[in-house]
Amino acid sequence: MIDTFMQKKYLQFIALLVIFILLIQTIGPAENNLLWRLPPLISAFPLWINDSIGYLMFEWWPIEVYDPDIEEFEDKPLVSQVTRMMSGFILFMIEFIRELMLGGAKTIVTFSGWDWATANPWAKLPGVPWTVIAGGSAILGYALGGRGLALLAGLSMTYIALFGQWEPAMQTLSFVLVAAPVSVFIGLMFGIWAFKSKTVEAVLNPLLNMAQIIPHFSYLIPVMVFFGIGDHAGAIATVIFATPPMVRLTLLGLKKLGPEVAESGMMSGCNNWQLLTKVLVPTARRDILIGVNQVIMQCLAMVVLASLIGAKGLGIDLLIALNGLKIGVATEIGICIVLIAIMLDRVSLAWANKQTDYFSDLSFIEKHKYSLMFAAVFVVSIILAYVGQFIFPAGFNYLSIVPHNKGISIAPLLQSGVDWIWDTFFFTLKGFNEWLILSVLMPIKAAYLGTPVVAVFTLVMGVGLIVGGIRVALTVGSFLLFIALTEWWDRALITAYLMSVSVIVSGLIGIVVGTLCAQNAKSTRFILTYCDTFQTFPSFIYLIPVMMLFGITDTAVIFAIIVYASIPALRYTVEGLLSVPESLQDAGTMAGVSRVQRWLSIELPMSFPHIALGLNQTVVFALSMVIIGAMIGTDDLGQLILGSLSDRNGVGNGLILGICVACIGLAIDQILRTWANQRKAALGLN
Amino acid sequence: MSLQNATSSSNEPVIRCESVYKIFGDNAESLLKKANGAVDAAKFKEAGCIVGVNNASFDIHAGELLIIMGLSGSGKSTLLRCISRLTDATAGKIIIEGDDILEMNNKQLIELRRNKMGMVFQNFALLPHKTVLENIAFPLQVKGMSTSDSINRAMEMVTLVDLSGREDYYPRQLSGGQQQRVGIARSLAIEPDIWFLDEPFSALDPLIRKEMQDEFLRLQNTLHKTILFVTHDFDEALRLADRIAIMKDGVIEQLDTPANIVLNPATEYVRKFTEEVPREKVLKIEAVMDAANADDTMGELSVNANAIIETVAEAILNSATPVRVVDDAGQTVGSITAAKIVHVLFGDHAASQSETTS
Repeated sequence: MIDTFMQKKYLQFIALLVIFILLIQTIGPAENNLLWRLPPLISAFPLWINDSIGYLMFEWWPIEVYDPDIEEFEDKPLVSQVTRMMSGFILFMIEFIRELMLGGAKTIVTFSGWDWATANPWAKLPGVPWTVIAGGSAILGYALGGRGLALLAGLSMTYIALFGQWEPAMQTLSFVLVAAPVSVFIGLMFGIWAFKSKTVEAVLNPLLNMAQIIPHFSYLIPVMVFFGIGDHAGAIATVIFATPPMVRLTLLGLKKLGPEVAESGMMSGCNNWQLLTKVLVPTARRDILIGVNQVIMQCLAMVVLASLIGAKGLGIDLLIALNGLKIGVATEIGICIVLIAIMLDRVSLAWANKQTDYFSDLSFIEKHKYSLMFAAVFVVSIILAYVGQFIFPAGFNYLSIVPHNKGISIAPLLQSGVDWIWDTFFFTLKGFNEWLILSVLMPIKAAYLGTPVVAVFTLVMGVGLIVGGIRVALTVGSFLLFIALTEWWDRALITAYLMSVSVIVSGLIGIVVGTLCAQNAKSTRFILTYCDTFQTFPSFIYLIPVMMLFGITDTAVIFAIIVYASIPALRYTVEGLLSVPESLQDAGTMAGVSRVQRWLSIELPMSFPHIALGLNQTVVFALSMVIIGAMIGTDDLGQLILGSLSDRNGVGNGLILGICVACIGLAIDQILRTWANQRKAALGLN
Repeated sequence: MSLQNATSSSNEPVIRCESVYKIFGDNAESLLKKANGAVDAAKFKEAGCIVGVNNASFDIHAGELLIIMGLSGSGKSTLLRCISRLTDATAGKIIIEGDDILEMNNKQLIELRRNKMGMVFQNFALLPHKTVLENIAFPLQVKGMSTSDSINRAMEMVTLVDLSGREDYYPRQLSGGQQQRVGIARSLAIEPDIWFLDEPFSALDPLIRKEMQDEFLRLQNTLHKTILFVTHDFDEALRLADRIAIMKDGVIEQLDTPANIVLNPATEYVRKFTEEVPREKVLKIEAVMDAANADDTMGELSVNANAIIETVAEAILNSATPVRVVDDAGQTVGSITAAKIVHVLFGDHAASQSETTS
């Protein structure tokens, strides 16, 4: 009897469920009942963090600094001086790139002073005409990926220019062009360091896991405290957010090489530096460049959020449009962001996949054809822009730059479309919305909030115990305990409710649609392209259409999450099914299985570990979207994090709240990953 | 070149291993000290250590081709890596041309590799971002040779390994055999005295493998390097080696010439390998000939002592009298009878039968 119970996992799960329900039934809400809610024992944490950061920034280690305004030496704390220098440097870089693209005098002022710049009005950087950048993008696309990519890059840039979004788009781009290289550099360094030293790797790994799940908002707050507000702060927050995938992929790429490559380098007589720069890094080129691609994507994902702490560009415009519920304008800006994202994604991927070709006997023109093409575009564009001065009225030289919001606009058209949808389907949408909220979402939310803390612990730790033994149970238990001891347990329950409802729906969609699409090659290709494309959309973009349909409600948030989070579920299902070995399929066919039998008894079990990893990603995606959902009004952890952004002493709160969100993600990750690994081992995969 | 000649003319071995141990695991060194030389792999495994190489001692002389043969996990590659110091041996001495490489610092080691050692790898380990020519020139360039000099030298190597016309290809554009030719050229570019080959032909198709072995013998006949060659293929070892070391579980079971290994296997394990080996394809005449005897009435026919039996068997079998065996200079060194050949070809049973009937 006990033996069967120990062996049959489903019996254990049933027992767990029974205990869980009993606990809910017997324990009711009560102020001082520890089984109902734990006391907020660590609610002082945020205050300590605030105090220590305040001390670090404003008191610790004073140094003498010359203040040119009062012409005297002054004591100032070291940290704030260091961060000021960093801010200054990064701001200078951003301004410099921005002025190359749009024109301006700030860079020259930095080296000379305002007086000189005003006295010499000619001394300012001229912005390059948009045609140069559009043409340049097309040539870059052509060089890396052929005609299709050239068309994509050139047309995207042209669209942005013609629609009058050139200025904010270039502001955004300038900030990506600073943040991305910095992230790549730092990521590469840490990746190599972790490759060289097991200790570093062991320290970095959990940090990287955390960094992947801590919501973006949480990064913004400490950055704001240390670096203030502005483009540089946005860039620094972006760097912090975009570096972890670079570290990970560098490490992965280097580890994948196998010992022989390093050995061959050593036997060739390389010293350590030569080994690294001439052998290891070039050989791991592709993975490292995929890392660069990831960095660029993360930078674009941050475009909107960075605008919350003062980054200029498309992000802030989108934010303003959304706040004013101007869906038409928001869509137009959103399309610009998406175009930039897709273009940069494809170009950097093409770069990663491009292999060097060698042609020994090329003429000068053939060798330098891309540079020559660019030079031609440059000269022609400059001439056109010069001529344009005389054709167009002053300030409207369309051949140089289309002024902001003075281009073509389809916003009114889009807006009227939205209005039409509202007018036509108002009752249907509203009815559906109300039904969903009142009869589905509210009861689920109430059920979550009505669960005693001990029942949650029992359920989650119980699952951990059954799946992975006592170690996993204790790990997930400690994640939960952290949240339970803050004052935000109830908020966390709401986050968990939003997340779990959408993860279940996304997971189902992913597995069902994924399976259907994996049935033939054409639909497989279609769904993978769909995933590739929609994955490049910065998550914020998803809020636009759902707000349009459902207004500012939980329904909108949940729909946004479902659309966003079903992408990894879809992708992993399709990939998992495709990875089932052909020989097994053949064996099934020869055993005479039907289509459904094949799916149930061969394909699903074989691909389940992979699908489980997909669900893991679904959870991560869903969590990040739940938090961003705060922008359109939820009442969970995300809302509090957003709130702490505008709080002078919000750092501590923001960080602890971020860690709470990460704890939810990490607990689920722990269970799913253990389970997937066990299945993998049982099936003898890898 | 004069230095090289000086060392090869003396009797000093080029590589000498003295009680080399390689044990993987956290407390390998303390365990080894406690074991006091008597390492038992099973006991070490209980303590969480894996024995890679267990008390290996041997010499390799200038121009000699020593093959380390063993199945996977026997420690053959580990031993090779200890001698090239890609891994550090746990204990023992590895003396290369008089210097213990375990005592060398990183700088000396790099110098040694830049000037005296070359190595060929099982999976080629070519740099994918460099062309054939650049790959071959790579060891010269890291040494600090100018680009034009190194490319000129690499061109010579391309001709040597018969890859002319493909010097501007990338490794991915070459077949496996061609890639390994590049690997060989790269390892020889610095004109090393010592040449390590780690299962160089194992990743190739059987036909290509045979071709590459011939190529390898051709190269060795002109270059006369001191070679340490690792393989799991016993036939390959018999075909190429001057001497073979057979390894099992980190221990060298037997180290001897191919003929002696086939004729007198030292352990049961070695015997299992030799059982199926067709002797006439391995043994040379000198391994089975009788001492020269003035009384013998020998015919006009004579065979070279270095000839593989198979190649001359038919002639000897057709001869009524014992056949004269001569060395390269034409001096008589022994004689051989048809009965001896029959013995080699058909084993003890056939030989005794034929003796009783005659």
